[in-house]
Amino acid sequence: MEITVEVNGASHSADVEPRTLLVHFIRDTVGLTGTNIGCDTSSCGACTLHLNGEAVKSCTMLAVQADGQAVTTIEGLADGEQMHPMQEAFMNCHALQCGYCTPGMVMASVSLLDENPNPTETEVRVGLEGNLCRCTGYHNIVKAVLSASGGGK
Amino acid sequence: MIPVAFDYVRAGSADEALAALGEHGDEAKLMAGGHSLLPMMKLRLAYPSVVVDIGRLNDLSYVNDGGDHIAIGALTRHRDVETNDLVQEHAPLLAHATSHVGDPQVRHRGTLGGSLAHADAAADHPSVLLAMGGSVVARSAAGGERVIDAADLFAGFLESSLEPTEMITEIRIPKHTGEGWNFQKFNRRAQDWAIVGVSAQRTNGSAKVALVNMAPTPIRATAVEEALTGGATAAEAAEQAATGMQPSSDLNAGVDYRSHLARVLTRRALQEAGIE
Ligand SMILES: Cc1cc2nc3c(=O)[nH]c(=O)nc-3n(C[C@H](O)[C@H](O)[C@H](O)COP(=O)(O)OP(=O)(O)OC[C@H]3O[C@@H](n4cnc5c(N)ncnc54)[C@H](O)[C@@H]3O)c2cc1C
Ligand code: FES
Ligand code: FES
Repeated sequence: MEITVEVNGASHSADVEPRTLLVHFIRDTVGLTGTNIGCDTSSCGACTLHLNGEAVKSCTMLAVQADGQAVTTIEGLADGEQMHPMQEAFMNCHALQCGYCTPGMVMASVSLLDENPNPTETEVRVGLEGNLCRCTGYHNIVKAVLSASGGGK
Repeated sequence: MIPVAFDYVRAGSADEALAALGEHGDEAKLMAGGHSLLPMMKLRLAYPSVVVDIGRLNDLSYVNDGGDHIAIGALTRHRDVETNDLVQEHAPLLAHATSHVGDPQVRHRGTLGGSLAHADAAADHPSVLLAMGGSVVARSAAGGERVIDAADLFAGFLESSLEPTEMITEIRIPKHTGEGWNFQKFNRRAQDWAIVGVSAQRTNGSAKVALVNMAPTPIRATAVEEALTGGATAAEAAEQAATGMQPSSDLNAGVDYRSHLARVLTRRALQEAGIE
């Protein structure tokens, strides 16, 4: 089936099998490999990207479901050389070690602040419950999100 | 993991979706948010030959005031249910339980109609519908429409009483009367499904209690309700929570532990709902 998805502002058309997962379309067809596949069973959040501005797990969506919609991946957050404030906060707070969870974590965090610009620490922890990190123990991730939030400035 | 190949039909209206169901019968599956169906298809536990995508039926995403009830479109996503003013005011149990479903990403995709049609004993919404005495409106490919009470909706393990050619269009929830309610969900990790859960809703002096994961289907704790009607205290009534139940045994909990959880969580739910 012929689909057209707007990815980070650019339109991408391709002929895909209906069973193609969105994450495979993004990684293999569009060629943007920042979005990771971790569990492939909707548990870890590594594949989180934005569909029409909201965080979703792209291993649990079909590419055909994104036809005609706007997707933002981790590659689309920065403005040229200028990192997105959330990326900067992750860097400044040492919110990553191996970095595998990071693209999904950052995308989930941006979506969280869009919905709740001044979260409490508990709200950040609960808001990131769909994203697993095996390295950091989460504390620095929570710090980063709080520092990027309205309340942290 | 990718699903078995299938034909994809994107419905532009409920009529188109029903026509596709009429044409393909039980070869076809509706896909709303896809957050139960697609994981099952990836694991090849489900392999419909036709997927009918109803995810874009925006006219079935709404919350309306229906007088004595609120009417929620079947395609309303969890996030939109949880944050809706009418739901928060008139069905606080539903708003609260919905905010505990999965994680934000799941709630951006999953729909109330999909949760109920999936009829999973481990899911949260069926217990809410049972405790609030709600119903669903089902439209059929043959043209008719019927209202199915929560009590008649859950037929078996992952099986609703919907016909393969029927589609839920609306969910109706009687308005909360201002009496107590509570939702308990016990799990080991954030984001997980309930190991056991309890929805309790008081209405006009009596209470309905429904349990998550205590039987092959979502289920009312009738022994608890009857004990309360007979004058038992919350603590006494909660002792009946596992009576007549058939909980499963899995790596999270055995039958004894699930039964214990049901009693403890039911007591908490009743007491938090204001029953002495
Ligand atoms: C990681 C993860 C965690 C989750 N955690 C929880 C949790 O804690 N608690 C919980 O309750 N749920 C949980 N869920 C399930 C989630 O709530 C699903 O969104 C929901 O069960 C199904 O809704 P859906 O719209 O995605 O349905 P779909 O997956 O699209 O459909 C599910 C079934 O219902 C049928 N169907 C869908 N819509 C209709 C309709 N309108 N009429 C008739 N049939 C229909 C489909 O044909 C299919 O058989 C979780 C899911 C994931 C992926
Ligand atoms: S890869 Fe999608 S949630 Fe883990
Ligand atoms: S930094 Fe390694 S998984 Fe999070």
